[in-house]
Amino acid sequence: MTFGDDQRRLWTDRWARRAILTLSLTAIATIVLIFIFIFREALPILTDPRIQQEASFRHFFHPMEGPDPASRYMWQPIALVPKYSLIPLILGTLKTALVALLIAAPLAIAAALYTSEFAPARIREVIKPAIELLAGIPSVVLGFFALIALATWMQQLFGFPTRLNAITAGTALALALIPIIYTVSEDALNAVPQSLREASLALGATRWQTATRVVLPAASPGIFASLVLGFGRAVGETMIVLMASGNAAITSWRFTDSVRTLAATIAAELGEVVFGSPHYHVLFFIGALLFVVTFIVNSVGVYIIHRVQRRLRGEI
Amino acid sequence: MRNARRTNRGLFIACGVLAIWSLACSSRAPSDRARAVTVKGSDTMVILGQRFAEVYMQRHPGTVIQVTGGGSGTGIAALINGTTDIAQSSRPIKPAEAEQVKVKFGVEVIETPVALDGLAVYVHQSNPVSELSLAQLKAIYTGRITNWKDIGGPDLPIVLYSRENNSGTYVYFKEHVLENADFAPATQTLPGTAAVINAVAKDPKAIGYGGIAYGAGIKVLKIRKDEVSPAIAPTLENVLSGQYPISRQLYFYTVGKPSNPVARDFIRWVLSPEGQAVVKDVGYYPLPEETRREIARRWERDS
Repeated sequence: MTFGDDQRRLWTDRWARRAILTLSLTAIATIVLIFIFIFREALPILTDPRIQQEASFRHFFHPMEGPDPASRYMWQPIALVPKYSLIPLILGTLKTALVALLIAAPLAIAAALYTSEFAPARIREVIKPAIELLAGIPSVVLGFFALIALATWMQQLFGFPTRLNAITAGTALALALIPIIYTVSEDALNAVPQSLREASLALGATRWQTATRVVLPAASPGIFASLVLGFGRAVGETMIVLMASGNAAITSWRFTDSVRTLAATIAAELGEVVFGSPHYHVLFFIGALLFVVTFIVNSVGVYIIHRVQRRLRGEI
Repeated sequence: MRNARRTNRGLFIACGVLAIWSLACSSRAPSDRARAVTVKGSDTMVILGQRFAEVYMQRHPGTVIQVTGGGSGTGIAALINGTTDIAQSSRPIKPAEAEQVKVKFGVEVIETPVALDGLAVYVHQSNPVSELSLAQLKAIYTGRITNWKDIGGPDLPIVLYSRENNSGTYVYFKEHVLENADFAPATQTLPGTAAVINAVAKDPKAIGYGGIAYGAGIKVLKIRKDEVSPAIAPTLENVLSGQYPISRQLYFYTVGKPSNPVARDFIRWVLSPEGQAVVKDVGYYPLPEETRREIARRWERDS
């Protein structure tokens, strides 16, 4: 190797490093700019008295006066007197997320436990990529499937009064959550040191006992993180619920009612809204709300995962 | 210190790349823009707009007209932002929107009706109800009537389907049928008339509304203006004669007279007998001859 060769390699190395640094800075800058933009557009809700007359925290969370309890919390932004109660939207978001988690979590965790503890290598190599492939299905396709096929099946099966409701939307949403919960849980289970399993088996425990009483508890923070990340996805997911939930802003705890979620509301209404109107700022406020919630939820999830990894490496 | 300087240089490079990229994006060839006409807006009118464009481009080789949907509001917003030449809308422009055009461009927005549309009300094929009055429709959609048996149907709850509130159809229905009352909270909103029809076709308890051009596979109700007047079906004659109570105009909006000659000529052609024949092909109602001549004359005068 000559001196010139060495120089050239150093030079390439330096420039490659710079290029990558630039790219990663661009990515971070983009996110920060989006963050600033959304909050700037949401800010008039807090500061502009003209907009607060129509849309403020009072309108978002307080019941309106009226004889009919069903119309105390209403989302009707296009009306003579616009009504911007966020209660039905928040309730709808939580209802679909809850249904999705209740369906996806047992399935995904059981699948993760099976592939990491019981499945022979050959089966594992089929199941793992197959579940992860689910993540590659565009959510609009899942939503369309739910709208056309799933809703009809479920109505025939359970006799729901409305075709599109929180349970149907939550079921479709569960399909999007399974790969997230599965992947993170599987990693958590795999990260449990082999020595724990060996010790358990050596003491005479069966494989099932080892899996459920030794490995699963050891991996529980990681599994919890997978649920947290899944919840974050469920709250932010738009297209599936937009198509499969019926989008009626009803304030009730009945899961067979149609629901309207925060994310679907933005997707449905931002295209129409008069620029700079209270409605416009309210939609950005909802966006900011979603941003903060998913940011916190995802940070918590990632933090737990990091902690678990460090503990398993013996750093804590 | 050395490390810090390196980071700075990285930032400079990042800015440079961004600057060049944004320059490259903004300097589109002006001649390209002069030929391609963009039409954007109402989902109800997308098929109509696309047929207009196809036939017009056949007649005038070398012209390019791009038609996209998104909703009436989306189209008008694009007009205000200057990203479309023509906005298609199934509702009249709001005063606030017209004001924004004026403030931004310094010219009035020009409204050109190009077709008529009847709003159809649909139920499931098996539903024995075949006609409703406007008052009954209002009571149903505001949640005062909740069971089909109250209007001569079976003892089943009514499931309400509506368009999303970003559609001109929603606004029209709210103003002309609900007389600005609020929709019942249980009203389900679906993206697009096709989705409403799909949902109604699958649900014996359902009622929905939307454009007539989409009306296939479900039962279209006859509508009575009030309790004593006859029930009218949304047919060509009834919409043209104004007998059918829920019909509306479909509009093109432009910022003043478009500077693009192709856009001007395109609208002139849409208002010609040949353009109006396309309206009929697609399943909407052409403007009555008298009105058509008047609007065409107005367009010529304005441009």
